[in-house]
Amino acid sequence: MSKKPPLLQVEGMQIRRGGVQVLDLPGFSIASEEKVAVIGPNGASKSSLLLGLACLIRRECGAIIFQGKEVTAREETAFRRQIAMVFQEPLLFDTTVLDNVAEGLRIRGHGRREARETAMKCLELFKVGQLASRSAHKLSGGEAQRVSLARAFAVKPKLILMDEPFSSLDLPTRIVLTEDLGRILHESGTAALIATHDRIEALRVVDRLVVMDGGVIVQEGKPHEVIANPVNSFVAAFKRTTVPTAN
Amino acid sequence: MELILDGIGRTIALIFTLDREVLTVTLLSFKISGCATLASLIIGIPTGVFLALSDFPGRRLIVSVVNTGMGLPPVVVGLFVTISLWRNGPLGLLEMLYTPSAMILAQSVIAAPIVTGITIAAIQNLPSNLKLQVRAMGATKLQTIWILVRESRLPLLAAVMAGFGGVISEVGASIMVGGNIKGQTRVLTTATVMETGKGNFETAIALSLILLLLAFGVNYLLTVIQQRERPR
Repeated sequence: MSKKPPLLQVEGMQIRRGGVQVLDLPGFSIASEEKVAVIGPNGASKSSLLLGLACLIRRECGAIIFQGKEVTAREETAFRRQIAMVFQEPLLFDTTVLDNVAEGLRIRGHGRREARETAMKCLELFKVGQLASRSAHKLSGGEAQRVSLARAFAVKPKLILMDEPFSSLDLPTRIVLTEDLGRILHESGTAALIATHDRIEALRVVDRLVVMDGGVIVQEGKPHEVIANPVNSFVAAFKRTTVPTAN
Repeated sequence: MELILDGIGRTIALIFTLDREVLTVTLLSFKISGCATLASLIIGIPTGVFLALSDFPGRRLIVSVVNTGMGLPPVVVGLFVTISLWRNGPLGLLEMLYTPSAMILAQSVIAAPIVTGITIAAIQNLPSNLKLQVRAMGATKLQTIWILVRESRLPLLAAVMAGFGGVISEVGASIMVGGNIKGQTRVLTTATVMETGKGNFETAIALSLILLLLAFGVNYLLTVIQQRERPR
């Protein structure tokens, strides 16, 4: 656990989907600037955790506390304007790359010119500045995911939630993108919660590893501690896998 | 064959001599169908978005009704609008029967389900997580709807084309609620029916070719807009 004050806290959150309880989270927190990976097998409710934290699905009970203040139903939109979320698919809009990245700022009321200037800087940060005028629907998978990340970082979120962001990419692209993401996350001081199956994302970027199974957290700690003491076969599989490098 | 060639010749003559009667009928057709399409967009797009994004008991039934409405026979619409606007009907006080307004009303009833149905399909065809992505970006409900409609703009232009195409070419409702009154409610389709009835095939062919040209012109314009919209 980080010693920094919690940025986001969850108390007693339960989520049901299709009449079935999929998430039971008595307590969970992320500190400012902390990078956390959530790992677990399919159906572990990693996506439900992220959607629940972003207040994008209804919770049965429980509270989300952001920067010491509970997020009420009325304040959910304002809360979401302080965070960002990246999905497995890039989900880019049918417009230019630049306008995609500027969209979050436009939603927050920024002027078109100012939003585009900030968007351009973010595209350059993710090494895709040369794509600014291209149609977002004509990009390769790796390019599209870089644009999606640039869009998330453009709004300068305090916390970024990522739901298996690189799972649809090939291994070399995934390794390079993970390196870049790790560098940008550390340079920007943005807290992150990354749901993943991927050992590369989980072990290269984060300060803490959370293991979920059946909608509950079954283990958490520093990555090397969790890997050294696997609580289930899924974590044990992590131990047996080597993490490739970008070179 | 000779008859068709004569008809084409008459069309050219009518267009280039700017025949007053033909001009009046063409402009009225465009005005009535344009207004009806606009009204159907105002009704159909919000209704379609609501039905696509909401979940409530009976929603499937309503969507089925809308889909059925996409193929509403114009004569059936004409009959019910006529009954509604009849002197003793529920809207009889408005004294709208046999006026262009009645024709706009009837054509709107025909086009609105077409626009609504295509809007539902367009919004539902977007990636399932796109709505969540937009909301995750901090969009309000209205901003979310606006962005989703914007993302569906190409199929929505198809809705405009289908709506306009459906009403500019219909004759049953227009003749029943408009009455084909010269200078007031005579449009290209009703005039074509009348000229055919009188055996003036040349004029009927000419009017129908003008109708085709009008429909093509509007659809060509919308297609150009639709295709230009895509960034390279």
